[in-house]
Amino acid sequence: MTKLLDVENIDVGYGNHTVVFDAALHLTKGAIGVLLGPSGCGKTTLLRAIAGFEPVQSGRILLAGDEVSRPGWTLPPEKRQVGMVFQDFALFPHLTVADNIAFGIRRWPSDKRAARVQELLQLVGLPQYGKNYPHALSGGQQQRVALARALAPKPRLLLLDEPFSSMDVELRESLAREVRTILKHEGITGLMVTHDQFEAFAIADRIAVMHGGRILQWDTAYNLYHQPADRQVADFIGQGVLLQGMVVGETMVETPLGPIAGKVPEGCRKGCPVDVLIRPDDLMLDPASALQAEVVDKAFRGAVFLYTLRLPSGATVLCQAPSHHDHAIGERVGLRPDFDHLAVFPRRE
Amino acid sequence: MTPAAATFPALKVLSRPDPWRGGVVLAALLLALPVLVVFSFVFAPAGEVWLHLKQTVLQEYITNSLVLLLGVGVGVLAIGIPAAWMVSLCEFPGRRLFEWGLLLPMAMPAYIIAYTYTGMLDFAGPVQTQLRDWFGWGYGDYWFPDVRSLPGAVTMLSLVQYPYVYLLSRAAFLEQSICVLEVSRTLGTGPWAGFARVALPLARPAIITGLSLALMETLADYGTVQYFGLATFTTGIFRTWFGLGDPAAAAQLSAVLMSFVFVLILLERWSRRRARFHHTSTRYSHLPRYQLRGWRRIGAIVGCSIPVLFGFLLPALQLGAWAVDTVDAWLKADFFHLVANSLMLAAITAVLAVALALLMAYGRRLRSSRPVDLAVRVASMGYAVPGTVIAVGVILPFAWLDNTLDAFMRAQFDISTGLILSGTLVALVFAYCVRFLAVSLNTVEAGLGKIKPSMDDAARCLGLAPRRVLREVHMPIMRGSLLTALLLVFVDVLKELPATLILRPFNFNTLAVRTFELASDERLADSASAALAIVLAGIVPVILLSRTIGRSRPGHDQTVC
Repeated sequence: MTKLLDVENIDVGYGNHTVVFDAALHLTKGAIGVLLGPSGCGKTTLLRAIAGFEPVQSGRILLAGDEVSRPGWTLPPEKRQVGMVFQDFALFPHLTVADNIAFGIRRWPSDKRAARVQELLQLVGLPQYGKNYPHALSGGQQQRVALARALAPKPRLLLLDEPFSSMDVELRESLAREVRTILKHEGITGLMVTHDQFEAFAIADRIAVMHGGRILQWDTAYNLYHQPADRQVADFIGQGVLLQGMVVGETMVETPLGPIAGKVPEGCRKGCPVDVLIRPDDLMLDPASALQAEVVDKAFRGAVFLYTLRLPSGATVLCQAPSHHDHAIGERVGLRPDFDHLAVFPRRE
Repeated sequence: MTPAAATFPALKVLSRPDPWRGGVVLAALLLALPVLVVFSFVFAPAGEVWLHLKQTVLQEYITNSLVLLLGVGVGVLAIGIPAAWMVSLCEFPGRRLFEWGLLLPMAMPAYIIAYTYTGMLDFAGPVQTQLRDWFGWGYGDYWFPDVRSLPGAVTMLSLVQYPYVYLLSRAAFLEQSICVLEVSRTLGTGPWAGFARVALPLARPAIITGLSLALMETLADYGTVQYFGLATFTTGIFRTWFGLGDPAAAAQLSAVLMSFVFVLILLERWSRRRARFHHTSTRYSHLPRYQLRGWRRIGAIVGCSIPVLFGFLLPALQLGAWAVDTVDAWLKADFFHLVANSLMLAAITAVLAVALALLMAYGRRLRSSRPVDLAVRVASMGYAVPGTVIAVGVILPFAWLDNTLDAFMRAQFDISTGLILSGTLVALVFAYCVRFLAVSLNTVEAGLGKIKPSMDDAARCLGLAPRRVLREVHMPIMRGSLLTALLLVFVDVLKELPATLILRPFNFNTLAVRTFELASDERLADSASAALAIVLAGIVPVILLSRTIGRSRPGHDQTVC
């Protein structure tokens, strides 16, 4: 597969102030990536560097094999064939929906242009709204128009800067899924910025978790969840707790839940103190289990309960159980570990 | 980061000229030229005329100008603040009418109101005639105040310049968070004490800004003081140049005048900066106004009527009456020619000033950096510089350029090019641009500021270079602001007097110049039609202003799409 976007170890910043350090990632044609992280982690700056709005201080960016950014030279955004969807949509208020969508394809012959506009209006589910002005649309509809406008010139790469952040929380995931379907339909490579992991899971083939201007891990959602590269990723993605443990064999760690088999971090030998990531779905309630824990707190989540349990050692863990397992706070329950993977980190001093 | 990478951006700036940054800086330098020229004369050796001025009249210029500043300062504060307080925080019949009516005197140029009152109040005027009829007085039997005096000038200038204070203090009162006022009321302060102890101190920076603007106009005034025969800086500059024939001494006088202006600019900047720290709470709600009853209600109505009546209605009526009397004369005369000249000048300047403002504002949006910001600020200083000073600063370099070019062409090709710049409309339009760029720039910057930066980014992602983004996205969106800027400059040019008097080409007259000339020849009635045309045009920006301030209160409006 050819690399459509190749970001090679770039630093990005303003003046003497560097915001993104040594960022590297690549997307194959048609893939969808996400830059995920808390606000201020540099994800939007990285996206703007890829769009051509910010110069790079070191490293380089390639689009379909052509260099578009290197220190001292930046191909301007209007020459990159990169589409972008903005957090505030940025629809042109003086143009109708159809004219907004046609803005990037002004040079097309008019019949082809009109056909493309109709096609996109269909695609985003607003076929009868072409003559409306943006202010007459709801937020969700404006969002779709912004997407259609960015897609119209068939960009090589579509960048999305927190496109759902002004939407209702309930809508975000389904919108993300919808956008994924549209991008896959159009065969367009995408890169989205968000701080919402469920949005990221819904849309992405690959996710870059960012923190403090660095990409901590560039991986699939599944791997981010189950095999986080370090404790910051583990902390940011999903829920869970870190239990103190000790390496007792080449593939064995002793924990308050008993000995668990799994891969041990490099450089950790027998006797090495470690932290083991326990996800709520790594534990099951089992009345027959010898391992007993006390219910400290519980949260009803519809299909499941999320229990906070205190182990005999005093450590607390989270456990997700089907909601017919209804236990009172203070009750003692049996607990059984059920690991597919083991995420173990060297103990920080 | 490698050392090579660190030096690259600097190299880029040096090797590739940036049209936006270059354009902004170049335009700013050009617009700053007149002031720089005037200031260069501070260091010129004092000539004979200057020494003569210093020994004889300089003291008088300074004294008169200071008295004028002091008097007008007290006058505009005394009219502007109470009027603003009453219409923004009290309720009484006619309040909405007064809200914009109090702005009307802005439409009345000071020189026009000055000679209108002179005509009304002189011995043969309607007021004294009526008094003599009523009381059977004869010539010399009674004392009547002379309008053509320093106190008269103070009154005239106060009557037309109080709207600056009114406008800014009104905006400040409206912007004050109601919470602050309500807290003060729960702490036991009544309406009057609330005004004195809370609202007034909070509005002080805005009031000082308004005051400094009014005082800048006072220093810039030429028509009124000249007509009243008062010796001030502006009349002195005229006399020194055209009477004594010494441009250098005129420039030196201008430099002294500019030092006064700079004090006012500093005052304005300082107060504007302070204004930012004065808003502690950002919650706004509908202002519950104090309901005025009884004598207070009558007092408010009378108090608000006086400035409108004397600052606009009476003089406008008098002008109207005179214009009707002389209708045959002005229909025959060159009235329409004057109108055409004025309109042409105003239109050319308006388009140029707005184009320059767009260059500056958009250049700054694209390339905000210290040199660009400084350039924009320098270019917009002209609003504070009196037209007389700008005229002096324009004609000196232009005349030098013309003479140099002419001498060169004569020597090389035996052709005389004459006065290409200084004797033509080029000099005049350039001077107008220097003086009024700030007017267009403020409006254009406000309009541009409302367009989110993501609009620029979106348009560029869709394949537009920055220049086309301006044309296809920004300009259509800010159409309203552009139109407002055009109109404001247009009307200011129509009203401008001193720079036009100095820089107009030989035999080229405008409405303002003709009005002033006729009035100076004591043909007041004949000048009324031209004056009335200027006043009517001046009402347009008043309407625009009253509409914007009505909408400007936070929490009351804002659906900027």
